Amino acid sequence: MTGKVRVSATINGEPADFLCEPRQSLLEVLRDELKMTGTKEGCNNGNCGACNVVFNGLLVNSCIVLAVEADGATVETIEGVMRPEGLHPLQTAFLENAALQCGICTPGFIVSAKALLEHKPKATEAEIRHWCAGNLCRCTGYDKIVRAILDAETRLEEAR
Amino acid sequence: MSTTETKQQYKVIGTRPVRHDGVDKVTGRAVYGADVQLPGMLYGKVLRSPHAHARIKSIRTDKALALEGVKAVVTAADLPDSAGRSANLGELGEVPLQHISHNVLASGKVLYQGHAVAAVAATSAHLAEEALDLIEVEYEVLAPVLEVLQAMQENAPLLHEDLFTMELGQKSNRPSNIASHQTFQRGDLKAGFAAADHILEREYRSATVHQGYIEPHAATAVWNADGHFTLWCTTQGAFSMRTCVHQVLGIPVSKLKVIPTEIGGGFGGKIPAYGEPVAALLARKTRRPVKVVMDRTEVFLATGPTSGSYVKLKMGVKRDGRIVAAEAMLAYEGGAFPGAIVGAGGLCLLAPYNIENFVIDMYDVVVNKPKTAAYRAPGAPNSEHATEAMIDEFCDLLKMDPLEFRLKNAAKEGDVQANDVRYPRIGCIETLEAARASEHYRSKLTGPNRGRGVAAGYWMNAGLTSSVVARLNSDGTVTLAEGSTDIGGTRTSVAMQLAESLGIRAEDVIPSVVDTDSVGYTEVTGGSRVTYATGYAAYEAGQALRSQLIEQASKLWKVETERVLFEDGIFCDREDAARKISLPELAETLAHRSVDIRACITLTPQKAGGAFGVHIADVEVDPETGKVTVLRYTAVQDVGKAIHPSYVEGQMQGGVAQGIGWALNEEYVYNAEGRMQNASFLDYRMPTSLDLPMIETIIVEVPNPGHPYGVRGVGEVPIVPPLATIANAIAHATGVRLYELPMSPPRVVKAMQAKK
Amino acid sequence: MRAFDYAAPKSLKEAVALLDQRGDRARVLSGGTDLIVQVREKRRDLDLMVDVKRIPELLEIRYDATTGLTLGASVACNRIYEHPVVSRTYPGLVDAAFLIGGIQIQNRASLGGNLCNASPAADSIPALIVHRAVCVIAGPKGQRELPVEQFCVAPGRNALQTAELLVSFRIPSPPPRFGANYLRFIPRNEMDIAVVGCGVSLSLEDDLKTVAAARVSLGAVAPTPLLVAEAAAVLSSQPFSPEIVDKAAAAAQAAARPISDMRGTAEYRRHLVGVLTRRALLKAFERAQEVSHDR
Repeated sequence: MTGKVRVSATINGEPADFLCEPRQSLLEVLRDELKMTGTKEGCNNGNCGACNVVFNGLLVNSCIVLAVEADGATVETIEGVMRPEGLHPLQTAFLENAALQCGICTPGFIVSAKALLEHKPKATEAEIRHWCAGNLCRCTGYDKIVRAILDAETRLEEAR
Repeated sequence: MSTTETKQQYKVIGTRPVRHDGVDKVTGRAVYGADVQLPGMLYGKVLRSPHAHARIKSIRTDKALALEGVKAVVTAADLPDSAGRSANLGELGEVPLQHISHNVLASGKVLYQGHAVAAVAATSAHLAEEALDLIEVEYEVLAPVLEVLQAMQENAPLLHEDLFTMELGQKSNRPSNIASHQTFQRGDLKAGFAAADHILEREYRSATVHQGYIEPHAATAVWNADGHFTLWCTTQGAFSMRTCVHQVLGIPVSKLKVIPTEIGGGFGGKIPAYGEPVAALLARKTRRPVKVVMDRTEVFLATGPTSGSYVKLKMGVKRDGRIVAAEAMLAYEGGAFPGAIVGAGGLCLLAPYNIENFVIDMYDVVVNKPKTAAYRAPGAPNSEHATEAMIDEFCDLLKMDPLEFRLKNAAKEGDVQANDVRYPRIGCIETLEAARASEHYRSKLTGPNRGRGVAAGYWMNAGLTSSVVARLNSDGTVTLAEGSTDIGGTRTSVAMQLAESLGIRAEDVIPSVVDTDSVGYTEVTGGSRVTYATGYAAYEAGQALRSQLIEQASKLWKVETERVLFEDGIFCDREDAARKISLPELAETLAHRSVDIRACITLTPQKAGGAFGVHIADVEVDPETGKVTVLRYTAVQDVGKAIHPSYVEGQMQGGVAQGIGWALNEEYVYNAEGRMQNASFLDYRMPTSLDLPMIETIIVEVPNPGHPYGVRGVGEVPIVPPLATIANAIAHATGVRLYELPMSPPRVVKAMQAKK
Repeated sequence: MRAFDYAAPKSLKEAVALLDQRGDRARVLSGGTDLIVQVREKRRDLDLMVDVKRIPELLEIRYDATTGLTLGASVACNRIYEHPVVSRTYPGLVDAAFLIGGIQIQNRASLGGNLCNASPAADSIPALIVHRAVCVIAGPKGQRELPVEQFCVAPGRNALQTAELLVSFRIPSPPPRFGANYLRFIPRNEMDIAVVGCGVSLSLEDDLKTVAAARVSLGAVAPTPLLVAEAAAVLSSQPFSPEIVDKAAAAAQAAARPISDMRGTAEYRRHLVGVLTRRALLKAFERAQEVSHDR
């Protein structure tokens, strides 16, 4: 078995070089090696979305992406969502709509919703629910999360 | 629409400030259990039994220890002997220490698939996992018992040779799987049924279901050479965890500090200790910090799902709709050790109604499944499902409106509960009336294969002990240390009560959840008690700060305290309009003079208010596949007083979502050997955003006289009505009644085909 | 997870050489949504993962009205349904691509990976079968082709020999008046493994009523996905009607050999075969008519 592999990625716009074993997932490396613990582990098999990041422009479950696959890739995590001038409108919308209770699913939802709104700025409630079906929440029943995302659409539109 | 008894004008209560810990949570900065990182930290992993029931013949750990990177292995042999000793869990009662110790690390026998047998600490989680494969355990496999009625049989395999039924308060002399039998009784059952015009008798069953919190359990322990432990963990109660762990480890309580991390959901399942004593043992053995995090499979197999249950219910009603008699047998699975929360199930079974004649028999039964833990109103959904579904059948028979029937029987202040305690002021009638007046209930449901269901529910809510420490800062803000862990936003609802009580803005309180060294004893975050009891403590703290400040202002101006008024952030002299000082100015002055303004409050409020919910659901059933779609859902609930309405609504919606999942799709599927087949989010099917509609909420406020602002607990009530609400809606959509949960598509199809 | 090596070859030749070298101890890594989970859960043991996502042939999407669609085996589902030509021409394939997991899965999972994983319940396989898709396979002895319906040999086992890998699918251009649909039944609305899956394709005669050719394929009701010739025979040369739909559904039910497992009983699955076959046939027929009206 070969030992550790050197990976060069771009994470939230910054170069990130790290060593990892092929068996380590991108999620593990983000959390344990790079100390970026905003991305969470909920199930480790691609069923809950708590580990969502954007990988080469696409929303993925980082628990089922190998860290070695990130060589040459761009990764965006929850830590990169906030803007220089302050919270992203999605983050503000989540707060003002009380769209979180325990908050463990929140980073995954925000990364997921941000990817949705960049893809489809005027998503309907049905489209939001469909897109977010891979993000599990056990506290809220999704009602206020969906409302927050709809609210964020308005905020983003006003900003344009 | 809400019902309020006395119109109170509040400045902070009833508003919707952004929660104080919100920014950290939407940016990923908040530190949850698995996020704890310490220099030199090792990773712990647990070896678990593949068998549901077996004797442990031997455990060999030498090969595991020899693996490079492995620093220690522990088994039950590393825990002090617990035989014959009691664990005193404070307000949560006393249990045999063995039941906790042996659940943490099995001794002698393994009693469920997933039961912890040994644990390893290594320099990486992957290495720790490899080491588990090298631990050799020899088992003598025994026949498992997997269902409650089966476990109650005379000839059932016994889990514990030393478990003797507590039969109506007396210990029996034959070992059994029945841990206890209790009963509630009143009146004359025979006469009651004799007077009935209609009698129904049904059996209701529920599978084992899990709380389903998204965050797995995580614990990190550090041991000092002076014998002192520090423990970071995802717990619903830092003090109760401390109490439990120090007894399991056999160390003085003062040698353990528990730091509760942010917690990703609990619902009752993060009260017991699992990995915490294991992390502590490994930390002591390796002299390094050790983090033990469960994976999702372990959460399903080896934490505390709620009881699978069997409820046999017989009720008699008169043709005018009055319930005249009820007889129930509740048999709940406690899992591997006693402790099914069947008493609460019995207490709540008939709680919304005033019934004169009843007998309720309650059995706590062990089976070869994980030891059950509390799950949001534990025991009540299982029992009240039966009552509310049977009432719906009576309404069909009598052609009576389901809310009118319930109003005819509704409990009110002064009525006596099953445990002979009189109801104080309660809002059952008001909640039913609000449901009846709701737009949803008055609307017409049209379309084929559609039906509407309603059901009520009750939960008693807890008081127990809570503490806070409030200190004035030199800028006039108040730092508030809370003893209650925050699983849903309570640090803010508690802070709001201090703000209201003192007379400042919610934004000027800086709340935090602190460790066991920094605040007085606080019982678990559970029982829907935090906004009530910790809020009450915060209210008292506000009052105390207020009176200290008024006293200081009066000293400053050299007048009697009665002359000083504090309103809208300003202190002034009633008799001299020119004398004014703002709170920030006074705070700064006092800081310069080294005057400390603080309040340490510990209290145990006695009058938590029980509360009621009434739910309405419209469903559509695909008659060919049996799939149920929830079209519309409304939850009506008496909350006493909504401190922060958004979070009250959120609690209602969350309970509804869990109830819908339980009603339609969630269940532990076991094979004949007692191995769970669906221990993952793929096949343990919780609702996704695509499976639910918006959830409408109607807040009813019948203030609880036992709280300064009228608060009643809100978190648990909303999981109680959904099971029957959905069952009744399905019945109205299809003409078919289902008595077993979950009402999954194949069961719906089978029932519909049987009807034809 | 047990330790393994990782390689990311940039050419087919290199990939085949790596697979040849390690034999059964190597496995192709496409989207990873099945493989990584299996290795983590110890359901699969390997020494080397060969990541094929940098090999051009596995990522290409090429359509030509005469030769049809060449779809690389590692093309992620999202690229399939976001491709304007593919989504317009093969809505029956898009049905499947859109159902495999949620968005996060679809951005990684590929039809090739779904096929090679050879789950009896795989969503893409019935859809591929009813489109008459052919597998293009590369190995040490060169390239070969195999119809998709012959690719799965047992649950979790496929027809690839040691050191072979799936390169792409060759999917014929739809004949005139063609409609296809893939449907599955799951207890929730997303995120579940199919309890039963049904793919159907029809091409109609000039009269837009008579069935010229048909294919019916079932998932999750046998050790491998089924191509149900009997159901097609019922439909062939017949005018499309409720009676013929019922007969085809009954033939599909008869061909199904479902087991009872935690996702469904045999009885329930057999029942669903009838329901889904009927519904898929109606949808396919509707699409065949629409496509004709568009022209």
